[in-house]
Amino acid sequence: MKFGVVVFPGSNCDHDAYHVLKHVLGARVEYIWHKDTTLRLFDVIVLPGGFSYGDYLRAGAVARFAPIMPEIMHFAEKGGKVIGICNGFQILMEAGLLPGALIPNDHMRFRCQEVYLKVTNNATAFTRVYDAGQVIKMPIAHYCGQYFAEDDILKQLQDQERIAFQYCDSKGEINAAANPNGSKLNIAGILNEEKNVLGMMPHPERAAESILDSEDGLGIFKSLLGSD
Amino acid sequence: MWLAKIVVTYKKGILDPEAKTIQHALVTLGYQNIEGLEAGKYFEVRLKSDLKRNQAEKLIYEICDRVLSNPVIQKYSVELVEAE
Repeated sequence: MKFGVVVFPGSNCDHDAYHVLKHVLGARVEYIWHKDTTLRLFDVIVLPGGFSYGDYLRAGAVARFAPIMPEIMHFAEKGGKVIGICNGFQILMEAGLLPGALIPNDHMRFRCQEVYLKVTNNATAFTRVYDAGQVIKMPIAHYCGQYFAEDDILKQLQDQERIAFQYCDSKGEINAAANPNGSKLNIAGILNEEKNVLGMMPHPERAAESILDSEDGLGIFKSLLGSD
Repeated sequence: MWLAKIVVTYKKGILDPEAKTIQHALVTLGYQNIEGLEAGKYFEVRLKSDLKRNQAEKLIYEICDRVLSNPVIQKYSVELVEAE
């Protein structure tokens, strides 16, 4: 099981993801440079958080045209596992690997805080170590994280069990007060139809050591390590 | 040379908090007659003059659909003029 962490100009959570995978979990991991045009052999690709290309035009809009991206798209289309965190989620959406869009938070403020998430679908390669409906805690740090999709897409996401995580309160209640950015259906993370691509706004790599208050994010990487 | 003037804005039904904030600020300043406000991004793209008008148009629409706008949430308008 080998992970690859893509490094774009402006990525700033690439080292955190690398650190958690290598030093906390002892997994094999390498960086992938955005200008590469061939992809070495990987089992999971991580598109990390940050501000690739300064968020110019739209968050993720320029990174999706990076030289490495056709290879990542191809990898995902063949069934390779891809996880996009925060800016990585925005990139996946701009690339069309996940439906919908991420628009500025409804209150126009950058939010850096811990949130509670409900594990809405625990039957995926990314969430299998969690219990169904488990409430987990990890931070968000974004300005452009309001998930938007038309109603028919939202229905499809629900019907096909493609909502991985939803913002909730500490008791697991999904309500407006627990929604930090105005996302439709409190969506914090979604999957593609084949469920080999996950995009999420919260940062599991920042909740992976007890010194950081929460280790709940480790479950995602552990789930992946346990998968084929 | 061809000059394409492109304006990208949010589609109807997408809440644009920036536009709402600006509108609210104007009303607070006493401009009570404002009924609505849209904010957007403006681009000027210059194209080589040896393109025919229909070629230039095709190129600009492709750029708008593919890069300058996100069709999920945004719409755009284009004005293509001949410029020096």
